[in-house]
Amino acid sequence: MKLSPLIQALAFAGATLAAQSAIAQLVKIDGSSTVFPVTEAVAEDFQKSKKGAIKVTVGISGTGGGFKKFCRGEIDISNASRPILKSEIEECRKAGIEFIELPVAFDALTVVINPKNSFIKQLTVAELKKMWEPAAQGKVMTWNQVNPAWPNQPLKLFGAGADSGTFDYFTEAINGKSKASRGDFTASEDDNVLVQGVSRDVNALGFFGFAYYAENKDKLKSVPIVEKDGKPAVAPSEASVLDGSYQPLARPIFIYVNSKALAKPEVKEFANYYIAHAAKLSKEVKYVPLPDRIYKAGMARLNKMEKGTVFAGRADVGVMIDELFSRKLIN
Amino acid sequence: MAYARDLTAIRKLIASHKRWDLVFAVTGVLALMIGVLTFTALFVDMAIDGVPRLSWDFFTNFPSRRAGQAGILSAWVGSCLVMLVTAFFAVPLGVGAGLYLEEYAPKNWVTDIIEINITNLAGVPSIVYGLLALGLFVYQFGFGQSILSAGLTLALLILPVVIVATREAIRSIPIGIREGAYALGATQWQVCKDHIVPYSAAGILTGIIIGMARAIGETAPIITIGALTFIAFLPPSPVTSEPPFLNFEWLTSPFTVMPIQMFNWTSRPEAAFLQNAAAAGFVLVLMTLAMNGFAIWLRYRLRKNIKW
Repeated sequence: MKLSPLIQALAFAGATLAAQSAIAQLVKIDGSSTVFPVTEAVAEDFQKSKKGAIKVTVGISGTGGGFKKFCRGEIDISNASRPILKSEIEECRKAGIEFIELPVAFDALTVVINPKNSFIKQLTVAELKKMWEPAAQGKVMTWNQVNPAWPNQPLKLFGAGADSGTFDYFTEAINGKSKASRGDFTASEDDNVLVQGVSRDVNALGFFGFAYYAENKDKLKSVPIVEKDGKPAVAPSEASVLDGSYQPLARPIFIYVNSKALAKPEVKEFANYYIAHAAKLSKEVKYVPLPDRIYKAGMARLNKMEKGTVFAGRADVGVMIDELFSRKLIN
Repeated sequence: MAYARDLTAIRKLIASHKRWDLVFAVTGVLALMIGVLTFTALFVDMAIDGVPRLSWDFFTNFPSRRAGQAGILSAWVGSCLVMLVTAFFAVPLGVGAGLYLEEYAPKNWVTDIIEINITNLAGVPSIVYGLLALGLFVYQFGFGQSILSAGLTLALLILPVVIVATREAIRSIPIGIREGAYALGATQWQVCKDHIVPYSAAGILTGIIIGMARAIGETAPIITIGALTFIAFLPPSPVTSEPPFLNFEWLTSPFTVMPIQMFNWTSRPEAAFLQNAAAAGFVLVLMTLAMNGFAIWLRYRLRKNIKW
């Protein structure tokens, strides 16, 4: 008796879908939440273009979590907001899993402040390091401790949580070591929490992916970054990411395809579709598309099944676009 | 004279007691209002954001990168199917266990330990069930990240609720009913089948539905066992047009559920997705309210039929 509404609901679902229940091919994807919007957009359009003949699922378990599943052979494609690490390559090798590394877009990590903040026009990497390095914990608490020219006001920091690839990349780029950071800042895996935090506090500073800044330009101000003394301050934008001047916070994002899964026509078709449409779709979800020549090189790598990574398992910072293909692939 | 003085004193005493009565009543109402108003405020706030987004399309569309076209079809179907599995396992197990403990189990220390365990299980955080299920159902039994795994996980989660509700319902049956039946020569099973279960059905069903209403909002254990975030297709239909008309492939299908869809939308950069999240939340609360309302109605209906 208590089940009757459920059964009715199921009957409805069943009636609308009886036609589609033929055994469909499945492409399984998991991994980074940063890459998720791009992959989701591709998956959505791909399924529409195939009229449901091929099904695609996309999960979010973080770059690290995605690689774990990838190296156990549970998924066909792993979304990654950083290159695969040595330990992960090792893990994959043990399970006999080889992969093809495909960069799909660029993301610009954006440092933001409250729009009412009038004294910050630009920030150097050295200044950011003074704020964020582990030694700053409990010590650097006001703006004038970072630069005497700034007012004696409390410094309120907001940043990505320690499980995210964004945190890994930012700490590597600014503090010189992945995951090395002060711990006394407001951390959240949910970037909207950081947006709210910075937009409500005049003394706040935070960082997150460009898409969140782009959607909240009215509430936030992005800060131009000076990589080294003597270099000009560069604001995050499509142009500055593409010409390589937005350093060191521009980062490529990837998909890793299981080379055995590529033998399945549905995975191959999906990967091809991804690279062919990544430029348009990554732009639509506010990421910076790679230049055409890079997508062409990616397509070639895919079709020739060139396995391995160009990063040798290190978390490199400031990789130039063309290096993604000019460097040697290492298995 | 003295008599009049006593009367004034007594009147004062009564007046003072009545004041305290009033103070307590006001405090009680205030305490109640904190809960009710908080819920109402949250619900109204969510409704204001979400209701304009509700439309037929919202229920029949799959998730999308475009907030305006995104819908909750895969989420609500997933939630319903998971609930079906949950009910299928939790109800017979929970009611059976409750009946056994109340009617059959000998009163000794083993039973005591089991009872303490069940009470404790009801307080175990749901994420712990998620981790257990990840190890046991997903990997050990090889069910994978499927509707079956999710349903079983939530069944475990609400099992203590169902057992406790069953026992409470059975306990409320007067002992005279049992004794009357035994006096007429009924066996223990006959007593259970013809008296205990029918008379306690109202309470048991209420407990089951309240358990299910809790399960439908659970997110943590479902995320742990690996429900997916983007899924733009439905599981194979459980009902087919050819014999045997039933199809169990859906049990192994990947899935998503309402709370996960909502959670994903709240973490999007575009404000329009927050509206979608509010709308999905509104639907989820309505589903829970409907289940609870159904429980109350059922209890009323069944109570009316009991004649003793």
